[in-house]
Amino acid sequence: MKNPLYYKIKSITLNTLIHIFLLTIAVSCLFPLVWMISSSLKTQSTIFSDTSLIPQQMHWENYALAWKEGGFGRYFINSIFYTTAVVIGIIVVASLAAYAFSRFSFPGRNIMFYTFMAAMMIPIPGSFVPLYLLMNKLGLRDTRIGYILCMINVGLSTSIFLLKTFFDKMPRELEDAARIDGCSKFGIWWNVALPLAKPVLAVVVVFNALNVWNEYLLAYLILDNRKLYPLQVALMTFQGEYITKYHLLMAGLTIAALPIIFVYVLMQKYIVKGVTQGAIVG
Amino acid sequence: MKLKSTLENYLFVLPAVVIFSIFYIYPFSQVFYLGLYEWDGVSAAKQFMGLTNFKEIIFSDPIWWKSMLQAGWMTLVALTFQNILAFLLAWACDREIRFKNWYRLVFFIPPILSEVVVGLVWQWILEGNYGLLNSWLTQVGLSDLTRTWLTDPKTALNCVAIVHSWKGFGWGFLIFLAGLQTIPRELYEAAKVDGANSWYTFTKITIPLMVPVAILVAILTILGTMQAFVLIMAMTGGGPAYHTQVPILRILGSMDGSRYGYACAQGILFGVILVTISFIQYRFSKRSQAKGA
Repeated sequence: MKNPLYYKIKSITLNTLIHIFLLTIAVSCLFPLVWMISSSLKTQSTIFSDTSLIPQQMHWENYALAWKEGGFGRYFINSIFYTTAVVIGIIVVASLAAYAFSRFSFPGRNIMFYTFMAAMMIPIPGSFVPLYLLMNKLGLRDTRIGYILCMINVGLSTSIFLLKTFFDKMPRELEDAARIDGCSKFGIWWNVALPLAKPVLAVVVVFNALNVWNEYLLAYLILDNRKLYPLQVALMTFQGEYITKYHLLMAGLTIAALPIIFVYVLMQKYIVKGVTQGAIVG
Repeated sequence: MKLKSTLENYLFVLPAVVIFSIFYIYPFSQVFYLGLYEWDGVSAAKQFMGLTNFKEIIFSDPIWWKSMLQAGWMTLVALTFQNILAFLLAWACDREIRFKNWYRLVFFIPPILSEVVVGLVWQWILEGNYGLLNSWLTQVGLSDLTRTWLTDPKTALNCVAIVHSWKGFGWGFLIFLAGLQTIPRELYEAAKVDGANSWYTFTKITIPLMVPVAILVAILTILGTMQAFVLIMAMTGGGPAYHTQVPILRILGSMDGSRYGYACAQGILFGVILVTISFIQYRFSKRSQAKGA
């Protein structure tokens, strides 16, 4: 038997090494964000020469400039609007379908459900091409509603899966009681099932909200009118046009990133749940 | 009464089915149809081409294959560098260690940010004339190493691949951590009682039990990285001279050139390759599970 001190020293050394490793990676995760915020507080003349992390003078007015003259205020509101509309749409459409898949039996039920599930797993990298042509044909291109409908479709399969799994495990007694009291199917769905599904609805909301807020491809394809741009598309356009206005670009990036980080820190457990459950699906 | 009830049931799924049919199933089937045509998207007549589009991609579109190889290289970087890092971090956090919730919180920040944000911030850091990386290198006397990272054909692709891995390792980390936490602690205790050292427990308990999880992470990494493109758009725009082109950017390029049929054919070919890869891996995982059992 070696003496206890040996084990103690060994474990302390190991723990220190592990902490150094974890800390290095953690710093590398945060540093680009710190640099982004730092750059957003410099001026056009200092940003190219001043490499200090904390600028001597904080130019908070850059945010006002980016918000007004860069137009990021409008794009921010657009992003909020799309995110809210899509999430509400997904909650209603997906929970109706998931409830029916879980509770009712009707011809074609399984085929429909498995088609939704297959869509989640088969990669179809080219399908945005016909989608773009279809939007043109339907006159939905360059409209808010067109983009919102497309994004509802994007979140549908996963949300139906999460909700159906939850409904399957949920006890039916309360719904039976409501039915005996003469409540309609829609009444039961709205008044009984949805309130009970709050924990999984939170996962669905957070997951889809992140997804819509960060979405780029469909917004880029569907929306031409600048007034309709969400933040992600606007940022890319801004970078292409004002290549040297890095301070305003960084302010715009901060405006796009901070709400997401804020929501993530508050709702961490739902996101982690969504990731691990979503992974098990695939 | 029965009929009314069935109709009511269909009403529940109707909105989902309608949206899904229009925005998913229709485009999905159209890809296969349009892939056989040459069409500019506007004119009334589509020109039937048979398999000509596919022939052109396979035999006379070297940039397509270059972009495929480049996506493959990025995937290789992600599979090794990113996933090994993710596993080591998960292993380090799956023990009694202080601040582990803080680490977990931080590691998942890059994945929740958009590719646009990540791409543009790193583009600024790696920028050739005023970027932070070059000014650091100059400050520590390594100015020989400075270069225009994202416009130099030698470094552009690797820079993109590393930033992609930086953004992505948090996913693997979370999934590995969830996997590690399902390993019963008693197994480790029992091995310790039997006198096994930590290296032995690691190679004989942890690694074998994590194989299915590793395969899952590998499939997700391959599908995710092969199809990544927004990050590249933000960092290099596919340049310099096609050196960071990837398949999805090529499909978008064909759309820009109003060759919608060709774009669909590229999509089909790419989709078939992706499905084949994940199917092979799935079979492989089935076999290794059967062996383990």
